[in-house]
Amino acid sequence: MKTKERLQLPPIDMPEQDPKVRVKNLNEVPTGYTPEMAMAEAKRCIQCKRPFCTEGCPVGIDIPAFIQLIEDGDFKGAIRKMKETNLLPAICGRVCPQEEQCQLVCTVGKSKKDPALSVNIGRLERFIADYEREHGEVELPPKPEPTGKKVAIVGGGPAGLTVAGDLIKHGHEVTVYEAFHKAGGVLIYGIPEFRLPKAIVQKEVDYLEKLGVVFKYNYVVGKTTPMKVLVEENDAVFVGTGAGLPRFMRVEGENLLGVYSANEYLTRANLMKAYSFPEASDTPLMKGKTVVTVGGGNVAMDCARTALRMGAKRSLIVYRRAEEQMPARLEEIHHAKQEGVEFRILQNPTKLIGDDKGWLKQVELLKMELGEPDSSGRRSPVPIKDSEFIEDIDVMIVAIGNSPNPLIPATFKELECTNWGGIIINESTGQTSVRGVFAGGDIVLGAATVILAMGHGRQAAEAMNMYLNSGRWSDLDEALSQERADVR
Amino acid sequence: MHKILEHSIIGPDVHLYRFDAPDVARYREPGQFVIVRISEDGERIPLTIADVDKDEGSITLIVQSVGKTTLELAQKKAGDSIPDICGPLGEATHIEKIGHVLCVGGGIGTAPLYPVAKGMKDVGNKVTSILGARSKELMILEEQMRSASDELVITTDDGSYGDKGLVTDAIQKLVDSGEKFDQCVAMGPPIMMKFVCLLTKKLGIPTLVSLNPIMVDGTGMCGGCRVTVAGKTKFACVDGPEFDGHEVDFDEMMARLTMYKDYEKESLEMYSEKHDCKLGVVGREK
Repeated sequence: MKTKERLQLPPIDMPEQDPKVRVKNLNEVPTGYTPEMAMAEAKRCIQCKRPFCTEGCPVGIDIPAFIQLIEDGDFKGAIRKMKETNLLPAICGRVCPQEEQCQLVCTVGKSKKDPALSVNIGRLERFIADYEREHGEVELPPKPEPTGKKVAIVGGGPAGLTVAGDLIKHGHEVTVYEAFHKAGGVLIYGIPEFRLPKAIVQKEVDYLEKLGVVFKYNYVVGKTTPMKVLVEENDAVFVGTGAGLPRFMRVEGENLLGVYSANEYLTRANLMKAYSFPEASDTPLMKGKTVVTVGGGNVAMDCARTALRMGAKRSLIVYRRAEEQMPARLEEIHHAKQEGVEFRILQNPTKLIGDDKGWLKQVELLKMELGEPDSSGRRSPVPIKDSEFIEDIDVMIVAIGNSPNPLIPATFKELECTNWGGIIINESTGQTSVRGVFAGGDIVLGAATVILAMGHGRQAAEAMNMYLNSGRWSDLDEALSQERADVR
Repeated sequence: MHKILEHSIIGPDVHLYRFDAPDVARYREPGQFVIVRISEDGERIPLTIADVDKDEGSITLIVQSVGKTTLELAQKKAGDSIPDICGPLGEATHIEKIGHVLCVGGGIGTAPLYPVAKGMKDVGNKVTSILGARSKELMILEEQMRSASDELVITTDDGSYGDKGLVTDAIQKLVDSGEKFDQCVAMGPPIMMKFVCLLTKKLGIPTLVSLNPIMVDGTGMCGGCRVTVAGKTKFACVDGPEFDGHEVDFDEMMARLTMYKDYEKESLEMYSEKHDCKLGVVGREK
């Protein structure tokens, strides 16, 4: 087929559950491509000589290659190609912001001057991962020669899982230390079932276990074992403990009963399955009649949509800036609106009001307008004087971000950190100030995305492998760029 | 999985469990707690560690059955296992030689108090302890506390054992008799800690309390355990569980403990009916 013909093919929509039906269940909202749909979508890729999409991917997936294999109907080949660079495609296909990465720079979208018309790379990625999972056993790569080197990974989230997968393939002995009773980090406690089914995350963890990765659960490094001991007992350590310290607004009444951090609300709902309380879960979560979520990111959308599924009559998003300034993905905002989430734009809570027993009853909101651009370049919200008004509510979820989890930095002072608590690393290797210790993901970035954490993990794993094999540390950066140049 | 090595009933609805948990025992210090999950659908509950045996790799928890999870745990026998014990968590008690330490334990709160009293005595402090309970059958760890104290006073609300009255009466009596205390450590029901703190503040005795609010992860991630201390929000799981009792907002803390009262009742009733067991039966014969 000629490029010109390919460019004329319409994008293939992914079927979705009806909004009215899906707010009453926890099943995934988009139901995925069929093989026919995937092959039709794959035909839209024009196989660029210089694939901008691959350059736009934080883990550098060979996107044209896997799409070609889909077009040819070789789904197994496509998944094999994918797993050369990305071990967790079922997850990335669902939660990556493709519209800001591969699909933003896709030539097809550019030629039509609309990134929304780019090849649906994320949906194709999801399709091949789901196809493999649904069609019998996942293939295992051949077992590598053991190197005899031991690696400890602190935190079983997206960054840690990526490092584990990469290093086990090089023959190192890998142990993941996870504080929760399940691995996956934000993938299991944060992102809701209707966006990322937990069974999929579990399958990916099972896959790593089959490759030989050992998982130690309920293991809080810094408490269960001092970080220092882990460093002494291993040849290398990766710290990927994430941004697990919720920010609150610091307004009056924030400790009233009914006020949650997004982390707590989502952890109760997702990891602890509060939606099945009391029949199949012992963890309760306040249902609420009117639930207000404060914030404009993906996490806020997840909270507001979860509240509807928990049975809230009204679910409101309160955001102090304008809608176009919301950091959430457009798709998430769209889904939330479809489901009936009310958007309160340019409003900010100033006070929470409770009854004499301490239960949240009302929120005082202040209206805002856009003023001059601030340091982030966005027009900053300015309060409109005397515009306060009261709204009756019974649950509030604070989703205004997280800071790096302080547990490791606080108990292992040797690690150099920024003044906001992030671990300082060499950007291209993930090396910290302590020999043999690497870090990546949200503990370095602050609250970012799953794929950026995986990108960090990928990069750190490459550097760790070189360090483990060569013992080079002070010039690891140069050695690595030399090797990367040689490969090219 | 963590095997139950011992399960004994030491009072009405009060159970002592010794669990196999070598990773938790290894670095545990007095004052720390664990988060336990007893089944695949279970909730995560924080429980203070009463004792450890590092050689055996075991920890001892003393747990009062008050809801569905603790009642379900009480049905388990030695040899059974539970899936998750996470810890040790929280900051350890700061144990140092300061002179005369007053340890005040109320009901089940004596369990976490014991390792602290023992630690305080081991480093050379004079330890005076007051144990309070509603009645004699609810008094626990009396012998252990006696061995960790230079002097021990017993009080019960109903006068069935020791002095009739509250622990605050006993504190006042000791001070009136001329005893001087450099530090007080109070562990027990929030209402008891609140009144002990009101008194010791008046008496000018610095007082440590151990808080046990609702938690999920125990690593500072969820913020469910937030308490107001000296006007600032603290997370009991990582900043505590011990705080300067004179600065704790006990009324807020007690209110927050009731957040899921109705849910807890529903869950307990459902379990009791299905498994034909209920609270208020076990251990009454003592």
